[in-house]
Amino acid sequence: MTPPKITPRTRMISITGKTKKKRMDLTVLLSGVGLAIVFIVAAISPLLIEAATKQSILDALLPPGSPGHLLGTDELGRDVLLLTLAGTGSAIVGPVVIATGSMLLAIIFGTLAGYLGGTVDAIIGRIVDVLLSLPVMLLAIVVAGIFGAGYWVTVTLLVILFSPSDIRIVRAGVTEQVPRPYVEAAQMLSLSRARIMYRHIVPNVWPLIFANLMLNLGIALVTLSSLSFLGIGVAPGTPDWGRQIADGRSVMADNPAMLLIPALLIVLVTMAINLLGDHLSERLRERGIQ
Amino acid sequence: MTATELMQPDEQSTRTKSLVRVLARTLGIRLLGVLAILLVISFLTFSLVYLAPGDIVKNLLGNRPTSPEAVAAIRAQYNLDDPFLMRYFDWILNALRGDFGESIRLQQPVTTVLSARLGYTFALMSLSFLVALVVAIPMGVLSAEREGRASDRLASTLSLVGLSAPSFALAILLLYLFAMLIPIFPAYGGGSGGLDTLWHLTLPAVALAAGIGAILMRMTRAAVLRELQSDAITFARARGLPERDIRFIALRAAAIPIVTSAGLILTFIVGGTIIVETVFALPGIGSLLQEAVLFKDIPVVQAITLLVAALIATITIVVDMSYLLFDPRVRAKELNK
Repeated sequence: MTPPKITPRTRMISITGKTKKKRMDLTVLLSGVGLAIVFIVAAISPLLIEAATKQSILDALLPPGSPGHLLGTDELGRDVLLLTLAGTGSAIVGPVVIATGSMLLAIIFGTLAGYLGGTVDAIIGRIVDVLLSLPVMLLAIVVAGIFGAGYWVTVTLLVILFSPSDIRIVRAGVTEQVPRPYVEAAQMLSLSRARIMYRHIVPNVWPLIFANLMLNLGIALVTLSSLSFLGIGVAPGTPDWGRQIADGRSVMADNPAMLLIPALLIVLVTMAINLLGDHLSERLRERGIQ
Repeated sequence: MTATELMQPDEQSTRTKSLVRVLARTLGIRLLGVLAILLVISFLTFSLVYLAPGDIVKNLLGNRPTSPEAVAAIRAQYNLDDPFLMRYFDWILNALRGDFGESIRLQQPVTTVLSARLGYTFALMSLSFLVALVVAIPMGVLSAEREGRASDRLASTLSLVGLSAPSFALAILLLYLFAMLIPIFPAYGGGSGGLDTLWHLTLPAVALAAGIGAILMRMTRAAVLRELQSDAITFARARGLPERDIRFIALRAAAIPIVTSAGLILTFIVGGTIIVETVFALPGIGSLLQEAVLFKDIPVVQAITLLVAALIATITIVVDMSYLLFDPRVRAKELNK
């Protein structure tokens, strides 16, 4: 019998570069609370759409701080604060679906490729190679743009486009688990291959998957809002942060809040996701070592 | 004295020869793989015309009137009566000769449209890359040397902002600050050439450089940090080398992962350029793509997609080969195969 091979611990993607001891500092706490609020607003935002899209020509282009309109109004007299709140849904829900969806695809196909190897690995590998040979942003713009895709079609497209890099990461993690004794033990118990893969190996690559999930959430938020800024994936008139920034350009002199607030929100939410993701994956990794 | 100096002259020349052979073999395998991928991409790109919603002839006609003569002319121009595969081979052969057909929207050869706009994009990319390089590399090195101190934390926070801020949000914020509130820079357009263009490109380049700089800074910091903790550096310190030499050794070793991150950076630049050019209304390739997509000007979209794929493929190969040239460990592994 060959001695068990000691493989190095999987390297984690660290977005804040912090590799030092755990510390639940203020920034992490603030990120967590801030994100929780944003998610709650996103969940109730569909209820606000009706109020947010109410037009009133008399109130058009009020500056921020006007009575009854804290952030002013746009050229159609829509309240910018309500618009921003209502736009939270399409800015947040899509990225959550993209990050989890692409990770699910990665868990299924990455594990298949890593555990089974051979032809399955080769086929999945080549498809991944082709998809990775072009930037996600370019592919998304071209495909979603040409087909005039709506919100959910664009989200589905991004799920597929995000998955190849995840598949590579999960595959690498699984390949590293395969030579370990517990896998051999499971094989000797003649458990089914599906059971070994998804009940025994996958839980061991979970820290890797989770770190990547949070990383993807941030990138998905940026990508989706960039697309809607370009007028792809969101119908005109729908409350959405990216769309609102694009529309706000023409009224920048009258009401700068219309584009500054969502732009700032996108930056802050992405930062919070990255900070929190890094902190949580660090904690998971520490637990994994013990 | 290094190992090469210790070798006999003839031994050294066989080593050089076999290195060349290894390089050629690796390059050959790489080229074949990349060509296969480009072939698949070109096929998918070509299919775009036929997969796009709506009638092909109508899409190709654009805003022109649909008289029977015009329809017949389009059918003849695009050989629509030929079998699909034959049309693909016609198209790819023409594309290889630099002929991507005619832009539907502009009624000009795609090549003419592209070459008129290539200059701006190239200038924007080079300028932003330069800004990123000059700021990020020293910042990353300093940050690694002062790990955990206030300056390191500040630099890490800055790069987190650069990494989290989408190019368009950053571009809009810059536009508002430096073209509206404090009007130092022009808000729109590409300028009238020379210094004026440079002036127009400054804000867009900074917006684009933030993301690239953030990636570069993190790469540099991580690489230098890893090298500073390596045995080679401990040994160099033990030998009592001056700190300046130690820094040079660390930087040389750290250069490998930084150089090989070029692919990642290129991917970022391509996405960012489209956005930044659109925000600042720069007449470059990125804004051309955005317009072409919205107007369903498919020949232009096809040409840009294919060119970007070819560019990225070339960079990937160069990066892969640079591993062989820069990293003695990889080279030794390849030689002993």
